[in-house]
Amino acid sequence: MNTGGWTGVVLRIDLTTGRIVKEPLNMEWAKTYVGGRGLAAKYLYEEMDPAADPLGPANKLIFATGPMTGTNASTSSRFTVVTKGALTGAITTSNSGGTWGPELKFAGYDLLIFEGKAPRPSFIWIYNDEVEIRDAGHLWGKTVWETDDEIREEVGVHDSVVSCIGPAGENLVRFACIVNDRHRAAGRSGVGAVMGSKNLKAVAVRGTGGVSIANSAAFMNAMWVMKKKIAEHPICGQGLAAYGTAVLVNVINESGALPTNNHLLSQLEDADNISGETLAATRLVSNKACFGCTMACGRVSHLPGEAQDKFMVTTRPHNWRIAVEGPEYENAWAMGADCGINDLDALIKANALCNELGMDPISFGATLAAAMELYEKSVIGDAQTGMPFKFGSGDALVAMAEATAYRDGFGHELAEGSKRMTAKFGHPEFFMGVRGQEFPAYDARAIQGMGLGYATSNRGACHLKSYTVAPEILGIPTKMDPAVTEGKAEITKIFQDATSTVDSTGLCIFLTFGVGLEEMQPQLAAVTGVNYTVNSLLQAGERIWNLERMWNQKAGFTGKDDTLPKRLLEEPIPEGPTKGQVNRLHEMLPEYYKLRGWTPDGVPTNERLAALGL
Amino acid sequence: MAKSLRIIPEKCTGCMQCELACSYVQTGMFQPSRSLIRVNIFDEQASYAPYTCFQCDEAWCMNACPVNAIHIDTDTGAKIVSDANCVGCGLCTIACPFGTIFYNPDTHKAFKCDLCGGEPGCASACPTGAIEFVESDSADWLGGWAEKVNSAYLEAIDGGKAA
Repeated sequence: MNTGGWTGVVLRIDLTTGRIVKEPLNMEWAKTYVGGRGLAAKYLYEEMDPAADPLGPANKLIFATGPMTGTNASTSSRFTVVTKGALTGAITTSNSGGTWGPELKFAGYDLLIFEGKAPRPSFIWIYNDEVEIRDAGHLWGKTVWETDDEIREEVGVHDSVVSCIGPAGENLVRFACIVNDRHRAAGRSGVGAVMGSKNLKAVAVRGTGGVSIANSAAFMNAMWVMKKKIAEHPICGQGLAAYGTAVLVNVINESGALPTNNHLLSQLEDADNISGETLAATRLVSNKACFGCTMACGRVSHLPGEAQDKFMVTTRPHNWRIAVEGPEYENAWAMGADCGINDLDALIKANALCNELGMDPISFGATLAAAMELYEKSVIGDAQTGMPFKFGSGDALVAMAEATAYRDGFGHELAEGSKRMTAKFGHPEFFMGVRGQEFPAYDARAIQGMGLGYATSNRGACHLKSYTVAPEILGIPTKMDPAVTEGKAEITKIFQDATSTVDSTGLCIFLTFGVGLEEMQPQLAAVTGVNYTVNSLLQAGERIWNLERMWNQKAGFTGKDDTLPKRLLEEPIPEGPTKGQVNRLHEMLPEYYKLRGWTPDGVPTNERLAALGL
Repeated sequence: MAKSLRIIPEKCTGCMQCELACSYVQTGMFQPSRSLIRVNIFDEQASYAPYTCFQCDEAWCMNACPVNAIHIDTDTGAKIVSDANCVGCGLCTIACPFGTIFYNPDTHKAFKCDLCGGEPGCASACPTGAIEFVESDSADWLGGWAEKVNSAYLEAIDGGKAA
């Protein structure tokens, strides 16, 4: 049966009772919310009490593909994990690539919904129609790569694909991630801790079915048009493949927007040491694509023997001596610049540990950066940390990457995330983030629009929900001055809405460096057979954004949470090209609320919600 | 000189666009499990090797077929399975030393690469030029590459001592 991109089936597993149900996808919701992020948010909104404990059995954990997932459109690998974040308490939508999402589609499912809590460590094995809950007692405590190897051997299907948590998820590290294909992760907001709280170690999938499309001829035409544009684009076609996302290190550093030493500075000395160019010249083995991706930004890097032995850890990643993935720009920043570290080998090693132990390197690095500030200002000392936590210490970085995942020593404090840790030591003002989630790699004092994007982001501080770095720094689609606030409310709203839609299609947000909804719309209409227009897709994005906002309100968030730390609002950047700047959120936020059709307190009005069909 | 598929694994990023293109030709859907070209992923070596029938001169599959269901296309040189004649016995899949002719459980017939009649979809879909359809007097791209990758791997893990 041709179901137009969607498989039309939801797989629901109640871990408490072991009940496995295959139910028809709500096609009305699918058309209205597209898929992936939006569709899963709708299910979560309708089914779950947002006030529930994120680490309790009432939280639900949804893995969601989009209608484009598994097709031959470029970057068709994406799926989104939607749940109440363990780090934030807000709705989170963590996106990942690799081959796991397409494999779930090939097995015949759009969405996979987990409820309850398994009575003992368990993993799920999905082979097309056959779905089993299996014992994972022997896997508990194993690293991501060990788990991947052992499950594939146990199920005996060579082409099966594993998504799992590592020790960090088991130990409920607040920013644990879910790793699939060994190196790809639904990274942020602690989705791995939610999975760990459910005693769910892994989901292994093998699907031999296919993804059908509604209008083949129209789809193939639109698909080739977009692929050609991507191939010819300087970033999508060349830059990302050659240097990966870390090509941004030098660009952002030179712009005075690379937060350094927990946002005390905005430039890192010798930043080129950790740039994509240096990585490519000294440590890169190869680039690598996710399923269906014609850009291939993934990094596979390698450390020579002496560099491997430079940092002591007890975990010996069993195969990373040959090749590991990363580091990407965000990791290079969080564990690099934000901690004052410009040692590429320390980053590669810490990044490998994060991958293997299942931990978000952004929140880990940023939390360590806050701890380093506590240490430098003598709030904590060697008695607590067990070792010097000086800004710039690669030794502390690598040692803590391991200690945090296992909650050993001071790692137990870091595992709670920056907000809880800084509050515990009496300095909540050292927390650099929004809604409990640490900032990513752009200083909002230097790039005004990013400040508004962070402050209003539904999942907490995030660069992937409204990447106004594109116009403000890179000049895509047109250049805007990063230092001014005019026009930023409008561009932020458009970017948030458009991104919500892209995240729901099953395509990768990196496409938007080179193409927009104009190029995606004909493909999406042809795949689904739904008469989408650019405007209706943009409105779908706005609907999703408002739905997430309403969910967060029920979880207890208000307009008062749409703010930034005092450091960004009141403490000017002390030196460099952006010296003297602060983020002027107050100039943007009222206009943003107005454009959104929300009250001056940031509450969506009934009129606006009705217009969006909510 | 006949054209053949030349595969350059060093250029492959593991994106699977070739499998998607091939399966679309086979089934009208995107279904990599029905693709006739398979990308082998060697994670530890960071190597990706697309692999399909290279239309070998020996034609083991054709010689093994008890009902003469496989013939050579005179234009492309491809060995082609005729669905009308194939009885689905699977002998060809056992005879092929390269593992590049398959049994399709949906149709109960053997199926293999037919070079798409002279315009292979995999080569058109490859975004990095790792699969080319070119005139060549040899289709043995695999042996030299495997030897090279293996020696680099052994060098990396133990300085070549195990070699």
